[in-house]
Amino acid sequence: MGVEILMPALSPTMTEGKLAKWLKKEGDAVKSGDVIAEIETDKATMEVEAVDEGTITKIVVPEGTENVAVNSPIAELDGGAGGGKAAPAPEAKAEAPAAPKGEDHAVVAAKPHPTIAATPVSVAPEKDWGPTKSITVREALRDAMAAEMRADKDVFLMGEEVAQYQGAYKISQGLLDEFGPKRVLDMPITEHGFTGMAVGAAFTGLKPIVEFMTFNFSMQAIDQIINSAAKTLYMSGGQLGCPITFRGPNGAASRVAAQHSQCYASWYAHCPGLKVVAPWSAADAKGLLRAAIRDPNPVIFLENEILYGHSFECPTDEDFVLEIGKAKVEREGTDVTIIAFSIMVGLAMQAADKLAEQGISAEVINLRTIRPLDIETIVRSVKKTNRVVTLEEGWPFAGIGSELAMQVVENCFDDLDAPPVRVHGLDIPMPYAANLEKLALPRLEQVVEAVHSVTYR
Amino acid sequence: MQMGHNALLRAYRDMLLIRRFEEKAGQLYGMGLIGGFCHLYIGQEAVVVGMQASLKPGDQVITSYRDHGHMLATGMEARGVMAELTGRIGGYSKGKGGSMHMFSREKGFFGGHGIVGAQVSLGNGLAFANMYRDNGQVALAYFGEGASNQGQVFESLNLAALFKLPCIFIIENNKYGMGTSVERASASRDLSKNGAPWGIPGEQVDGMDVQSVFEAAQRAVAHCRAGNGPYLLEMKTYRYRGHSMSDPAKYRTREEVQKMREQHDCIETARSQLMGQGVTEADLKVIDDEVKAIVTDAAEFAQTSPEPDESELWTDILVEAK
Repeated sequence: MGVEILMPALSPTMTEGKLAKWLKKEGDAVKSGDVIAEIETDKATMEVEAVDEGTITKIVVPEGTENVAVNSPIAELDGGAGGGKAAPAPEAKAEAPAAPKGEDHAVVAAKPHPTIAATPVSVAPEKDWGPTKSITVREALRDAMAAEMRADKDVFLMGEEVAQYQGAYKISQGLLDEFGPKRVLDMPITEHGFTGMAVGAAFTGLKPIVEFMTFNFSMQAIDQIINSAAKTLYMSGGQLGCPITFRGPNGAASRVAAQHSQCYASWYAHCPGLKVVAPWSAADAKGLLRAAIRDPNPVIFLENEILYGHSFECPTDEDFVLEIGKAKVEREGTDVTIIAFSIMVGLAMQAADKLAEQGISAEVINLRTIRPLDIETIVRSVKKTNRVVTLEEGWPFAGIGSELAMQVVENCFDDLDAPPVRVHGLDIPMPYAANLEKLALPRLEQVVEAVHSVTYR
Repeated sequence: MQMGHNALLRAYRDMLLIRRFEEKAGQLYGMGLIGGFCHLYIGQEAVVVGMQASLKPGDQVITSYRDHGHMLATGMEARGVMAELTGRIGGYSKGKGGSMHMFSREKGFFGGHGIVGAQVSLGNGLAFANMYRDNGQVALAYFGEGASNQGQVFESLNLAALFKLPCIFIIENNKYGMGTSVERASASRDLSKNGAPWGIPGEQVDGMDVQSVFEAAQRAVAHCRAGNGPYLLEMKTYRYRGHSMSDPAKYRTREEVQKMREQHDCIETARSQLMGQGVTEADLKVIDDEVKAIVTDAAEFAQTSPEPDESELWTDILVEAK
């Protein structure tokens, strides 16, 4: 049975081309790999290789023919190998390199915006975990890791100075003694390499906790976090999950200048496939870190160095854990909603105190999780207060405040009595000088002023 | 240890399957049925087949985007691989990964990665997990000579040596990283010594000869399984086709390609060795026909399997917590 040789496509965008030259004639025998013809497009000249073996019985399209459509027969081969149509594989030889392929615009089904019930439903209050005691955020983080490591032998901690040094910020104090060097591993200063190693280990089902000495250094490893950890589940059609926690201090500390003072919340929150958590209190830190370690997905856990030494009441219940994706109303109010995360929750609380003295009742939402965002809690609050101020340490452009404002507009525009206002760090690299650093970060009076502007005071 | 007769026969069959599969993939690409990037493995078949013959079930393999051969060598179904190339629901990633991103936990194949060099750090992680679980398994991390210059590859060599990870680093030196020859990309003339600063033993291997690959693989696997840490193999190999389908290949001559094909082809070499061992043309024809049938079936499946449902857009982004 004869085989038709078809005009091959050299790229997904090619629809036709010129058959420039035949290198074989009727009656010639060809075998796999022989160059049989040259074809030209506007981008390149390519050699056409035979795939099937046989003898050319007929040349259908003579050389020099322009505008030959892709997949139309150009020659016929007698039945060497199998039947049917066969487009030869294009092999290269070009005047100019093929232009990089652009992405075709695909029409995709849009995912509906998260829609919120028109009438706010009353939500169950957060579970009462019973007695509490005052602990530091540092202790809360350590206790969370220790508890999860006791519960699951697949959990281990790795990072720079986490073991023998007991942690650059002493978060892992005592863990080496309890769990030994197999499960608490000091890494060389090689973020890209050890992050990739941790992600690979997580593909097999282990549950690594990767400590970045600060999140600034995670930039060395961001390819492995985004391209490997976040995307592989999707690319594998659901086969290969990545249960891993990346944690460490994020944002400004104090007087450490531009390269060590940056908030990565919006960087990571941008990416599907990741969860992004940012605790404020010791209870947040403990409950959310335990949830992050148990989560079957990659979780970015953004801590704050200044908060490490702060003390908060934290439940003593051994099973205490919080749910990722749930914000907390830290303080109820009726006149304005202030949305914050991490250390800025503390500033929002201070502002609420100050505003109360002025007769303004502010509701403070502690986001706790940035992705997935608890838009329900935000909308419920805005429907009550009709005004919103966002507060973050990071830069404004494409920041978390921008996203919050847009989602509020998308979900409850008609409930707003004023445009949302953002309070944020200045749009500059962090300066070192004490006075400048202070000016670069959100200040109490800015939050109060922002509330005044949305409440028209 | 040399390959026994049956092992060589099997290797011949596996190499031929990859060759025919890739030729068919090239053809389907030419017909517009495969889109995007498509990197064919034609010419390099002896590397994966010789390595795989030394592994045990449970050992892991990870590689770059030139991954079709690796998948077939690990025993993944030709149907599932071809259907992924055509972007169909019957593909290994339900059509959501494509040529560069396929996986099979069952067969120990961990991808299929599109960022040059990233799979080396990830492969270290597979080996780390073996060490952590103390399961006696080894991980194979394949990468090209182009990737061997990536910073994270050197970081990984250090980490593997430091933690004595059971990882075999396999540099598939096919002489060209896209269009740049190895001489123009690496100041090192012997990539098998790239692990030397960390004490990682390395060998240069004739990657066009499945017997040589198999023998080197035996040494590497034994070293790793015995807990001696990582091992590095530089496979001297050659790809006959362009870097990807749209590669004009001006950087080398047709004569260079033709010479490799005619004098060093791994399938031809195995074929003549087998015939020297008394295998007949008729015996080989049976294998050829079996392989052809698998590839024809795979191509048929890849064209008839439906495209993924639109609902697949929103699945597999996160694992739903139990």
